Amino acid sequence: MNFTGSIPSHSTTVRSLRSALILAIALGMVTGCHKTASSKTAADSTAPAAAQLPPAPTATLVAEPLAVDLGQSVVLNWRTTNATDVTIDGLGSVSPNGTQTVSPSSSTNFHITAKGVGGTTEANIRVTVRVPVAPTVPADSSDSANGSNMGSETVFHENVQDIFFDYDSFELNAEGRASAIKAAAYLVAHPDIRVIIGGYCDDRGSAEYNLALGENRANSAKTALVNAGVATARIRVVSFGKEKQFCAEDTESCWQQNRRAQFSLDR
Amino acid sequence: MDSTPHTLRKRPAPFRPAFALLLLTLAALIARPIRAQDNIFTGTNSGVSSIRIAVADFKPVGSDAQTSEFKKTFDVTLYADLASAGIFDIVSKSLMPSGTPGSPSEIKLPLYASEPTNAAMVAFGALGEVGGKLIANGYLFDAKNQQYPQVIAKQYSEAPSEDSARQIAHRFADEIIFRLGGGTPGIAESKLYFVKMTGNVASNATKEIWEMDYDGANQHPITHLGTISISPRVSPDNTRLAFASLGKYGFQIKMYSLLLNRYMNFPTGNGSTESPAWSPNGNELAYAAAPNGSFEIWISDLNGTLGRRITSFRGGNVSPTFNPRSGAQIAFISDRTGLPQLYIMNSDGSGVQRLTDGGYVSSPSWSPNGQFLTFAWNRKYGPGAPGGQDIYLIQVSSGAQGGYNIVQLTHDGGRCDFPTWSPDGRHIAYANSSDGRADHMRIWTMLNDGTQRRPLTGFGADMPNWSWK
Repeated sequence: MNFTGSIPSHSTTVRSLRSALILAIALGMVTGCHKTASSKTAADSTAPAAAQLPPAPTATLVAEPLAVDLGQSVVLNWRTTNATDVTIDGLGSVSPNGTQTVSPSSSTNFHITAKGVGGTTEANIRVTVRVPVAPTVPADSSDSANGSNMGSETVFHENVQDIFFDYDSFELNAEGRASAIKAAAYLVAHPDIRVIIGGYCDDRGSAEYNLALGENRANSAKTALVNAGVATARIRVVSFGKEKQFCAEDTESCWQQNRRAQFSLDR
Repeated sequence: MDSTPHTLRKRPAPFRPAFALLLLTLAALIARPIRAQDNIFTGTNSGVSSIRIAVADFKPVGSDAQTSEFKKTFDVTLYADLASAGIFDIVSKSLMPSGTPGSPSEIKLPLYASEPTNAAMVAFGALGEVGGKLIANGYLFDAKNQQYPQVIAKQYSEAPSEDSARQIAHRFADEIIFRLGGGTPGIAESKLYFVKMTGNVASNATKEIWEMDYDGANQHPITHLGTISISPRVSPDNTRLAFASLGKYGFQIKMYSLLLNRYMNFPTGNGSTESPAWSPNGNELAYAAAPNGSFEIWISDLNGTLGRRITSFRGGNVSPTFNPRSGAQIAFISDRTGLPQLYIMNSDGSGVQRLTDGGYVSSPSWSPNGQFLTFAWNRKYGPGAPGGQDIYLIQVSSGAQGGYNIVQLTHDGGRCDFPTWSPDGRHIAYANSSDGRADHMRIWTMLNDGTQRRPLTGFGADMPNWSWK
């Protein structure tokens, strides 16, 4: 039996009971708990059993933040005492105390093992990685009956969202690029979908020139999709200029809603 | 210090009226050079004072009940045609001698030649139904020439109808304008094509192409496509109408025969095509097309074949318009330097010149004599910028100093767009929305110096295009 381990900081409870049974429960809590342990408490609580042995190692492992989007990084921070050999799964042998920045590609349990003369201590931390999941095509019987595999309109619009443009511009901004990447991921996962990109402009300016601007906006969106792996042949571009207004108020928020590349299924 | 009491003595001095007068005179002197930019010679105010013309109500002939209605339409139309021609000083109705002379034997010219009428010319005549026909005898007499006063004597005969009465008045007016206006044909028989919007801008708007007489009468639809059709352009011979219409492949140019009342083929592929423009010989069409994703100016024949691209700048090149005099130049709008500006080039694409120096330019229209372009311009374009979009006129040939003369024709009236020249070059029709809302656009006409503005339509009318004759 392994008597080593770190004790949670609710140490008043632990101290008052001082029983091996409670200690075992406390040990059980260690694996799922990432609170900083106090070595003083650990030494006190294990004193009767471990009096003859060298002090057992302690190990704590924290991650900041605990949940990230795919591609973002996490800082791991660990502290050990009385350990001669510290390893973290996936990182190998590490120094007794340290930090490391990692970019996990999926949700990961980081596991630290601290070995010392007094025994072995382990600690865990789970980092959740939010990976955009390509939704599966619902087995829609009506679509199958039509011989098409376009998926539902609702799911399409959830994943392929309008791209909005800055004033008198047809270049994708950061938000637009993110929308395009998400849209492309869905379209790549659903190769049967053909898409129409409509280019729209706000109400100001000339009708004839805005048809050109709308065309350029739709083409910018198309280029972003093509660069992200969607076949050109699946995309059709239509400029509506300022002829199909989404709203008709003279406000910046309304103009913004009108300055867009809008995606729809090309059935 | 002795300067202090000096100043104190001066300060309470009253602001004398004489000084105010001096200030006003100074202000007037300063103001004059600013207005002096408006001295572009457009032919309307050419230094010769307008001919003073008296237009007598026509004498009814016969006792048909309808005649008085037709005569009323005729009188109103003739008066309005001559009043709006831009070359006459028309005698107001209250200064007219009493009576309706119906023939040369009934008119007493000295009454018209003397004060207060003081007319140089008199138009008069008789109108009535004779043998199932509406007959009008129209005369134009020189009031100061007692011996040989007759300038025009014309008889018109049409099927009796309200429309006939109006058309006869237009033809008689055009005859008078042609004779007295330096040989330039009148425009009373010309037409305007325009876009009529129905429904809500933000949801279910449809736009059809409509036609009306030059004075706003007789408004009726040409297309019934139930979609959005814009940019109507009538051919120089009035037989065809080209416009852009929203279909499966976006906006594409359609061709409609006004003689056959049906659509004709105009294939331009699957890409967007828009803003058509007729060459003055009627054999070619310039337009903006985006077969490769970027709008450029193209020219093709009337079958849509033999298309050739004449600009090559990525971005937007739209709204071409031929020099109607020569056909050798094209004005167009391009955003190659940022916001859309006005350019001219030779019709083979060479010799590109920019004519405007900033702001946001749209909708160029070339004057029939080839000397001027009119266009819509928002000089201080941008969010929160002052000023609006107004109609401007520019002299296409550069002046002695090498610059281009530019005149602003509308001021502070809301959003103005789509100016289009009348065939005689004396008028410009345009669309205006006083509050800027698209559904509040209506079509107006004015003389080419910006005066005599009057609306031709109600709300929801946009993009006028005046026929070539």
